[in-house]
Amino acid sequence: MKKLVEIVAGVGGGSLTATSVVEEHLDRIRTRDGEIHAFNLVTADQARKDAAKIDADIKAGKKAGPLAGVPIALKDNMCTRGVETTCSSKILQGWKPPYDATVVGKLREAGAVIVGKTNLDEFAMGSSTENSAFGPTKNPLDVSRVPGGSSGGSAAAVSAGFAAASLGSDTGGSIRQPAALCGVVGVKPTYGTVSRYGLVAFASSLDQIGPFTQDVRDAATLLEVIAGHDPLDSTSIPQPAISLVPVLDHGVKGMRVGRVTDLPEGCEPDVLERLEAAFDALRNAGATIVDVELPSLQYCLTAYYLIAPAEASSNLARYDGVRYGNRVDAPDLNAMYAATRESGFGEEVKRRIMLGTYALSAGYFEAYYGKALKVRRLIYDDFARAYTKVDAILTPTSPSVAFKFGSKTDNPLAMYLCDVFTIPTNLAGHPAMSVPFGLGADSMPVGIQVLATTLGEQSMFKVAAELERAS
Amino acid sequence: MIKVSRLARLSLGPEQAEKMTAQLAGMLEHFRDIDALDLAGVEPMTQPYPIKNVLREDVEVESLNREEVLGQAPAAESGRFRVPPIIGFDV
Repeated sequence: MKKLVEIVAGVGGGSLTATSVVEEHLDRIRTRDGEIHAFNLVTADQARKDAAKIDADIKAGKKAGPLAGVPIALKDNMCTRGVETTCSSKILQGWKPPYDATVVGKLREAGAVIVGKTNLDEFAMGSSTENSAFGPTKNPLDVSRVPGGSSGGSAAAVSAGFAAASLGSDTGGSIRQPAALCGVVGVKPTYGTVSRYGLVAFASSLDQIGPFTQDVRDAATLLEVIAGHDPLDSTSIPQPAISLVPVLDHGVKGMRVGRVTDLPEGCEPDVLERLEAAFDALRNAGATIVDVELPSLQYCLTAYYLIAPAEASSNLARYDGVRYGNRVDAPDLNAMYAATRESGFGEEVKRRIMLGTYALSAGYFEAYYGKALKVRRLIYDDFARAYTKVDAILTPTSPSVAFKFGSKTDNPLAMYLCDVFTIPTNLAGHPAMSVPFGLGADSMPVGIQVLATTLGEQSMFKVAAELERAS
Repeated sequence: MIKVSRLARLSLGPEQAEKMTAQLAGMLEHFRDIDALDLAGVEPMTQPYPIKNVLREDVEVESLNREEVLGQAPAAESGRFRVPPIIGFDV
């Protein structure tokens, strides 16, 4: 399968056409997506038109964009004007947004070709894609296993070669965990690096868009394009996009990489073994491994599962059958709201709305939500202390390799524990990425997570590139 | 649970409410781990990056196309969203 940078070089240099590249990917989709179900919608006709336009422009002597001819899949919670955007929820089925998300505009401007919208856990709530209203996505490496979630469709699309790259969103690990489980690279940038305008909101203080790719260089190239300040997102960091590709060959000599001494329990031995191998690889490449303590990490699950549902219960209040999506008719307004939401939302979404509503309700606010916000500060402060000693931190991405369908669906708390290593960075607002680093149990891929401080993407990518060279 | 479901504008059936009560009770029990922490004097953290009062210049800009927006609504009439009666029923 062609890498993103190979496609850009080929299409720009004339040895490939955007049309042939797109056809190659559409072929693979046609052959195998019936089984995998990575996509909610394949926009084949539009993709062909876009590719033909890129080829014509290049032939006419126009300069090729930084993503010229690259087939890209979008998680189906990013708005695409006139193209169905469902969040894998019945409540939004059929909705065609009246505008494009900022990232969609940036991709098009760079010459990327959007091939479709990918499946997710409904409203990005889940860790396996089993919560999609349209059926689960399967892991292309073993179809009896989940691809992870919530961006499972985007991870599977890259893993199966349906797209050279894809975009996902990450609120508590929804890019990194499926990347690890599908054996691809997944990046959650610093909060505020990539515009959230047009990303359907789940938990606004945690959500961030990022790339899935086959390797680290592709991820750096794509992130450089989608990052940057956007006046339409008031939480967008007002500074120019960072430069990442030039640092990939710098190596890690002299870098200090943190090993967390009080890592939360519950990680499988095969995954811990790969983590040790990753530390060895970095040490051999000249990095110093430094022990760091993050004592508040053990409380991250509680803080997250109070804060994220609280924000979600507020964000999802907008699905009321008035302005968009589906409505269930009833004699008065309140009955219509309740009937619409009861019929339109799936079980996990309702559970989180209920949890969040409870945590925000009068009498319980201070005991739950108020306390969780203070714990969030403790976690942030722990990281701040650690980053005075190290440039990056390594942890596993997920406590286990991809698990079998149905093995966690009856126990929400067991499913939530999948995110124990990825949640802390969302709470802190830091960047983190998952890099495939060998195989674990049943020959399934293991992802190693590289964490860095706010806007520490360059350090993060240097370490990730080194791990990739060593794997 | 019934009160919370009303606040959340969800009409859970009795069976669903019972199942959810048990699941949420289990979670809230797990969440009590933070009760042991001394949080006196800790500043709550609501946003990861300190940006305040983001305002744009007060100039006219193009907004969304009204027909396109209303075209996606479940019911619209005369340039407005149409909803069922707001008053006159028990709420």
